[in-house]
Amino acid sequence: MVQMQSQKIEQLENQLTESQNRLAEAQQRLNTATDAHAISIENQSVIAATRQELEATIESVELAMQEDNTANRNTTLGGYGELHYNNLDKGSAIDFHRYVLFLNHQFADNLNFYSELEVEHSIAGEGKVGEVELEQAFVQWDYSQSHNFKFGLFLIPLGILNETHEPDTFYGVERNTVEKNIIPATWWEGGFGFNGELAPGWGYDLAFHSGLNLDADNTSASKRSSIRSARQKVGKANAENFAATARVSFSGYPGLRVSAAFQRQSDLTQDDDDDVGVSGIGANLYEFDVQFQRNMFAFRALYAKWDIDSGINQLNEGADEQVGWYLEPSVKLNPKLGFFARYGSYDLLASNSASASEKKQFDIGLNYWIHPRVVVKMDYQQQDNENGTDNDGFNIGMGYSF
Amino acid sequence: MKHLFFCFILLSSQLCVGAEYISEQDFISQSFTNSPTMKSIWLKGDRQEVAKEMLGHRYPALRLRYWMDGTKSAWIMNEIGKEKPITIGVTIEGDKIERVSILAYRESRGGEIRHPFFTEQFVGAGLKPNADLANPVDGIAGATLSVRAVTNISRFALYLSESTASEFAIGQVSH
Repeated sequence: MVQMQSQKIEQLENQLTESQNRLAEAQQRLNTATDAHAISIENQSVIAATRQELEATIESVELAMQEDNTANRNTTLGGYGELHYNNLDKGSAIDFHRYVLFLNHQFADNLNFYSELEVEHSIAGEGKVGEVELEQAFVQWDYSQSHNFKFGLFLIPLGILNETHEPDTFYGVERNTVEKNIIPATWWEGGFGFNGELAPGWGYDLAFHSGLNLDADNTSASKRSSIRSARQKVGKANAENFAATARVSFSGYPGLRVSAAFQRQSDLTQDDDDDVGVSGIGANLYEFDVQFQRNMFAFRALYAKWDIDSGINQLNEGADEQVGWYLEPSVKLNPKLGFFARYGSYDLLASNSASASEKKQFDIGLNYWIHPRVVVKMDYQQQDNENGTDNDGFNIGMGYSF
Repeated sequence: MKHLFFCFILLSSQLCVGAEYISEQDFISQSFTNSPTMKSIWLKGDRQEVAKEMLGHRYPALRLRYWMDGTKSAWIMNEIGKEKPITIGVTIEGDKIERVSILAYRESRGGEIRHPFFTEQFVGAGLKPNADLANPVDGIAGATLSVRAVTNISRFALYLSESTASEFAIGQVSH
């Protein structure tokens, strides 16, 4: 009996030992699994942290890339320039005609400063051929999505070239003579103005600004009545009389832009600024232009006319009407090469039929864009002047903008 | 005159304020009937080389988010017109543009590019073998650089859409 109990106890002890061993193994396996789970959790948290760090690094790099992009800076620099070679009947010349720097600053999303400083004809100073000119310096407040207010020194909203005149944006080495002499581009004044959109495709400009001042005591009659020479360029400009400009434009059809503008000058002599006994010469400018582009073909046309009080005839007979127009078809064979022709006429003494003052000009030439914003130009001009001083020849130029 | 001036400002300011015309969320929801999946694509290697060819510069990001549902994808990118970035949305179905929208315009002139009379010219355009758009796009006088920016981004979006069609895009996130 005792022996049987001893055997039973021994058997139970064996079973207990075996169970304990299994329990230990199980415990060991459990511990191993727990460790693995813990490691897995730890790994996951490390991976998550690494991902966060990687994401933060990528975002920092992308932010640096965006900040490196000048467009995202508050102050931006731009410019344009053009070198011309003219070989004409009146002589040959090479001229770095314009070197321009734009400096703009964004005060806030809807408040920006724009400026344009130009060195004309390469060298400026006493007795030099060129000039340093401030052509734009104004603040624009975008007080609503479709309407802006600006004040300062700005380009007059007239014509095709006056506001957009980077050399890569137009055909011909020199700017066309009609806009140069009638508009007269480039033309800037000091004052304030509004611009914006009245409806989709319908734009407007309304500006109140300083006025012209005829060089009435000049010994040259053509200078006395010249609108171009009457620009005061906002340099201690006589401000006895102001002017206003209004323009409406339509660009609601792809490739088309049509503009009509009107300007009123209250007195071109600024109350007889030059003491020549002539004053109170009011003037109206009417201007109309069309730009159209369809596929490879484009067309520009402009008409402008000054209707000036007859008092100006005391300075130069026939100057009370000054008028000009041009037509310019063009074809762009590919993004790099385009050809154009232009025919136009202007007359600064149009009301005097005996003045022989009309100038007709035909131009033909090409633009070759090495880069969308770097252009080489060539053209031939035939200028047929009524007074017999024709000026034919060719022009070669290069230009850039950025 | 003074009263006219203030009336003008008050009347004009009622129209709307800010340079954003469509929010990113609205552009995406208008582009898809179902809820799309947002993905991102790394702009590395050949993609930046193509960006330099099409845009004239590297695209200033390491990755680009886009949205996809079936064969339709939508892309939102910024590109400079003259001075400031224009935010442009392009929706592509298969290998053709379905829609181009200007989400935000920050340049001083040329905002006409946001109107349908301009953006509708891109509808149905694919890429020609020389990487130009198959559809001719007529510009807007005085907005040449903005027109160029929209055209180039449309070309780049078409390229990226084609590029991602056969490649794995990382970082999938439900929209």
